[in-house]
Amino acid sequence: MSRVGYLPLGDRLAMSAEPLVRTLVNIPPIRLLLNFLGRFAPGGRGLVILVPYAWLAFFFLIPFVIVLKISVADQIIAQPPYSALYEITEKGYLMIKLNLSNYKFLLDDALYWKAYLNSVKIAFFSALMCLIIGYPMAYGMARAQPAWRNVLLMLVVLPFWTSFLLRVYAWIGLLNNNGIINNILLGLGLIDRPIVMMKTDFAVYVGIVYSYLPFMILPLYTALEKMDMTLLEAAADLGCRPFKAFVTITVPLSLPGIIAGFSLVFIPALGEFVIPDLLGGTDTLMIGHVLWDEFFSNRAWPVASAVAIAMLSLVLVIMFVQNRLQRRAEAA
Amino acid sequence: MGGANRSPFVTGWMWAGFAFLYIPILSLVIFSFNSNKLVTVWAGFSTKWYVALMQNRQILDAAWLSLKVGLANATIAVILGTLVALCLARFGPFRGRALLSGLATAPLVMPEVITGLSLLLLFVAMEQALGWPAGRGVLTIIIAHATFSMAYVAVVVQSRLTGMDPSIEEAAMDLGAKPAKVFFVITLPIIAPALVSGWLLAFTLSLDDLVIASFVSGPGASTLPMVIYSKVRLGLSPEINALATLLVVIVALGVITAGILMAHQERVRQRDIQLAIAGNK
Repeated sequence: MSRVGYLPLGDRLAMSAEPLVRTLVNIPPIRLLLNFLGRFAPGGRGLVILVPYAWLAFFFLIPFVIVLKISVADQIIAQPPYSALYEITEKGYLMIKLNLSNYKFLLDDALYWKAYLNSVKIAFFSALMCLIIGYPMAYGMARAQPAWRNVLLMLVVLPFWTSFLLRVYAWIGLLNNNGIINNILLGLGLIDRPIVMMKTDFAVYVGIVYSYLPFMILPLYTALEKMDMTLLEAAADLGCRPFKAFVTITVPLSLPGIIAGFSLVFIPALGEFVIPDLLGGTDTLMIGHVLWDEFFSNRAWPVASAVAIAMLSLVLVIMFVQNRLQRRAEAA
Repeated sequence: MGGANRSPFVTGWMWAGFAFLYIPILSLVIFSFNSNKLVTVWAGFSTKWYVALMQNRQILDAAWLSLKVGLANATIAVILGTLVALCLARFGPFRGRALLSGLATAPLVMPEVITGLSLLLLFVAMEQALGWPAGRGVLTIIIAHATFSMAYVAVVVQSRLTGMDPSIEEAAMDLGAKPAKVFFVITLPIIAPALVSGWLLAFTLSLDDLVIASFVSGPGASTLPMVIYSKVRLGLSPEINALATLLVVIVALGVITAGILMAHQERVRQRDIQLAIAGNK
């Protein structure tokens, strides 16, 4: 999962570390070291730009070129299991082989279509549910007394710092047939046989909504907190009912937060692997999981690469749309 | 609690939401003290799973490996991320700035399966062409983690750099300090808190990553999430509950410490303001 939600707590921690760090950098040996570095460290704009640029180009850009290359290679039985893109033939010609059959395979096989559509569906409805659950929460937080706001914000971000994997694991214990929820319901006599919740789409939805809810709350909170409350007072003075004021004033003003939160849940949920793997059933197809299976179970590197390229295109389209919407919402 | 414009519905909903966020974590903690091997069927209080955890070599080895990877990753990510932030926040327009900005933010939204797959394919291709890195393991995990962690560090440090008062740096520059000197003596101490939080962020990201590590790791290098995942796939395990509880305790202690520090800092600030007001009278 992508973890943009970490950032606010990062800033908070930075603030709290301030006095400590200020004392630290004034300790004589550290002062001396910094002075020394200032004098002798290799400086210069060029180097400062070059180092991270080279790293990112090498470890982030080139890998995609390789994925693209392998996505048009043949599957062969070898180590590594794909054919070369080009060969020099005996007569000295350069022969380039482009094999688009991997992409054709993605289009022909219903499995991939289903996985795609299902991922989009699950990600979309999860984001929607996060919005429904998260909006009143963010609203309540933004309207709490200032002293409380930081505490509540901390409570939202705190789960991020515990392991994501273990939080998904917690739901296995809750949703299992002999899990905590079923045991309680059975104990109370409300049901006489366990409700099957694990290994269903329901469990996947619960897992995604649970894991990504803070991503929705944080941008909503930011948008709602900086809202000018006098607008609502003015509306009330002019005889506007609270609900109408909410719909016509609060919601439009928080639209940038809604769009940001929606995409922060939607995009990582789309490529999610861990949640459908641990909580979903065999019929819960999601594209991130399909990629994993193609790669690890079938050792089909070219097909996995083609899936990755197709998935990447989808993410790019979504980000483009999100950007447009965001700009329009902020301009309004 | 309370405040303007809050119906009981909103307050109730909010606390229900917080319950939703915390009940699963709480359930992990409670059932880690269950003596029953069936994790979710209570059979009495016991701490035996903590003892079992401390004797589980596989988990301990993996935790140690994850710790080493996390430390190395966080340090590399802070250096590279700070350089990116410097380029974007201080160097004005330069050729390739847009590309660097794009490259530095892309890992934030990239699905992990894609990052993992692409880096693995790179490492395989490199091994074929250059013979380095020979095989995959700790080194390739560190490189992969640093590549996506640096993006987070860059965001944190960049916001600190744009938020800081530029006149101090300018003054030093006017007085003839070289750029490197200005950076190490003036800028670095001011942005140091952001570096600390960036470091912690990178460390946690690395400690939490399953997908990317699974792609780029090789035999013999299993990180903690990889071991947890392989155990969890087989079903519930009381030792994993104990491990989760330890993690929750560590995080809670960290947050409480940060909270106390923050409150202390706020008090100092308030006192300074009071003194300043009194001094002006």
